[in-house]
Amino acid sequence: MVPLSWYLLLAAALFAIGLYAVMARRNLIGMLMGLELMLNAINLNLIAFWRYLSPATVRFRVLAIIVLVVAAGEAAVGLALIVAVFRLRETENVDELNLLRW
Amino acid sequence: MITVQQVVFALFAVLTLGGAIGVVAARKLFHAALWMVLAFFGVAGLYLLLEAPFFAALQLFIYIGGIAVLTVMAIMVTRGIMKPKEPVFTYAIGAAGTALAFLVMLGLFIFKTPVWDVAAPTGEVDPNGLRALGQALVSPSAYLLPFEVASVLLLAVLVGALFIAREKE
Amino acid sequence: MNVWQFLADFFVNVGAWMGELLSGWGLSPFWVSLIVKVVGGLALAIGPLTAVLFLIWYARKVIGRIQDRMGPTNDGTAAGPFALLQAVADAIKMLTKEFVFPKERDRVVFLIAPVLAVAVAVAVWAVIPFGPQGMQFVDLNIGVFYVVALASLAFFAMLMAGWSSHNKYANLGAFRAVSMIVSYEIPQMLALLVPVMLAGSMGMQGLVRAQEVPFIVMVPVPALIYFLAMTAEVGRLPFEQAEADAEIVAGYFVEYSGMLFGAFYLAEFINNLSASFVFTVLFLGGWRGPWVEQAPVLGLVWISLKAFLVFTLLTFFWGAMPRLRIDHILGFSWKFLTPLALVMLVVVALVDKAVQAAGLTSPWGRAGWLFLANAAVALVTVALLYRAERRQQAAREARRFAIVR
Repeated sequence: MVPLSWYLLLAAALFAIGLYAVMARRNLIGMLMGLELMLNAINLNLIAFWRYLSPATVRFRVLAIIVLVVAAGEAAVGLALIVAVFRLRETENVDELNLLRW
Repeated sequence: MITVQQVVFALFAVLTLGGAIGVVAARKLFHAALWMVLAFFGVAGLYLLLEAPFFAALQLFIYIGGIAVLTVMAIMVTRGIMKPKEPVFTYAIGAAGTALAFLVMLGLFIFKTPVWDVAAPTGEVDPNGLRALGQALVSPSAYLLPFEVASVLLLAVLVGALFIAREKE
Repeated sequence: MNVWQFLADFFVNVGAWMGELLSGWGLSPFWVSLIVKVVGGLALAIGPLTAVLFLIWYARKVIGRIQDRMGPTNDGTAAGPFALLQAVADAIKMLTKEFVFPKERDRVVFLIAPVLAVAVAVAVWAVIPFGPQGMQFVDLNIGVFYVVALASLAFFAMLMAGWSSHNKYANLGAFRAVSMIVSYEIPQMLALLVPVMLAGSMGMQGLVRAQEVPFIVMVPVPALIYFLAMTAEVGRLPFEQAEADAEIVAGYFVEYSGMLFGAFYLAEFINNLSASFVFTVLFLGGWRGPWVEQAPVLGLVWISLKAFLVFTLLTFFWGAMPRLRIDHILGFSWKFLTPLALVMLVVVALVDKAVQAAGLTSPWGRAGWLFLANAAVALVTVALLYRAERRQQAAREARRFAIVR
């Protein structure tokens, strides 16, 4: 049998890898991909909690669906912003997008 | 004794983590996106293992069919056809340290919480669970408000994305 | 059990016989069910691959006749009577051809793309019900959703092929394919929800069981929307802009040669066929037909016949339709099909609820009211389109006279 903690550990590892991608990647799209991995880890946690702790209720799954919606919206707006920034500055490297920095 | 479920879990866990590591390690951004698809695929398999096929299909449909496709399109739009040189990772050591510390902290937390060291409740998952979920999303006494807020959010996203990405005359 | 009883439910009985045989060898139930599933899956996967060999010949013949040609013939060739073996000969030719790789290709991605395309095309067949019970690989309770989710993997095959070829036509083709499929997925999903709502089930088997009256009679407008969106999804004319030989050579698979090209060609035909099967399940009553209760194996015959008709219709489209401009095609989806599908969803939901509240539980009574509602929506749509066209025509004439003056 697979205990709940295995899923939680896996999700934690996925989250940590996503965190690393967000911090270390210098490319906006790469950072966004890391963010998506983190959201995936959260959803995995939610579904595992639903299955193991309260299979009869709906609240974990409702939360998972809301996370999905937010992830989709975030990807759409984020990528639109990145494309707009790229048109303006010809780069998507965050270190070169330093207009607001002294 | 290793059960079939454990083997399947290990398989999908390797797919997921392998894909995730590919995302952070690949030098070409397009490859990173493909690794991300692999990771999403692994998570979908884990949903199947958790007896949530609806969420597995959602995962395929929204993450792979929506988000990953959008990402790939953005990659193809924002650079030359396949410009190989992909940027450098800066602050890699600091980022790795932070992520690792985070992982260790979470791991300790998970192991120190005995409630979470449980096996899944036996017996079939309620086959009408999906129906209950759908009704909960539209009944005012349950989750109608979050549902509507989410739909307003999506509308705002639609308008906002169109506005941002539009070519200005 | 005599021979006729055995034949009447042939596939289920063969499965049961194999299971007994394997159990007789002393295997545990787990391995028995696994082996039976694997063998069934292989047999299922061979189905579309062989059917396509015939369908390629059929499509070429039909299109040849439409264009006043003969299509493939056996004059001076060894392609058999009526050139039936033409597709086999083509396959052999492709298998023996050299692979030509672009120099700047991305090695791994270039090779994965055609494999993924074929795999996704075949995977749809796992949920198609070919008979009342047992003649389906798995009856997922989210069967329809599974089919749609697989289509999103098919995008990836196109994007990968387009990107890894390092060719601007391939990139352009991939962009076109994806933007078109993303646009048409929305009306497709909305139209799909109508039968799901009427049947109260997302499982393929549940959908077929609910169709005492085929859904195409109950809800013809969503059926039409679904058909158009499906045509776009499989990239048949008039929705063929992703390949558009005259504009962008061959779209995303322009750089593929030999059997790698063959794989895309195969995937395209399998997609056409499985889309026909899915349409049959959703709107034409699937395996339903006379004598299915007595001989479940007939379900395979009925569903295949119906799907063959749908495939023929797709082929007629292929032969008879022009290629439209890509922005017109996208505009058609966003400005016409999507709003119409939304309206249909709401109308069907309201009418169906009203019919149930009024106590009309007989299937034909329900179908009649739903049909009337559909006809009303269709009439209003046509009237609105007519008025819009008149207005546009007036505006055009006004512009013309303005220039003259």
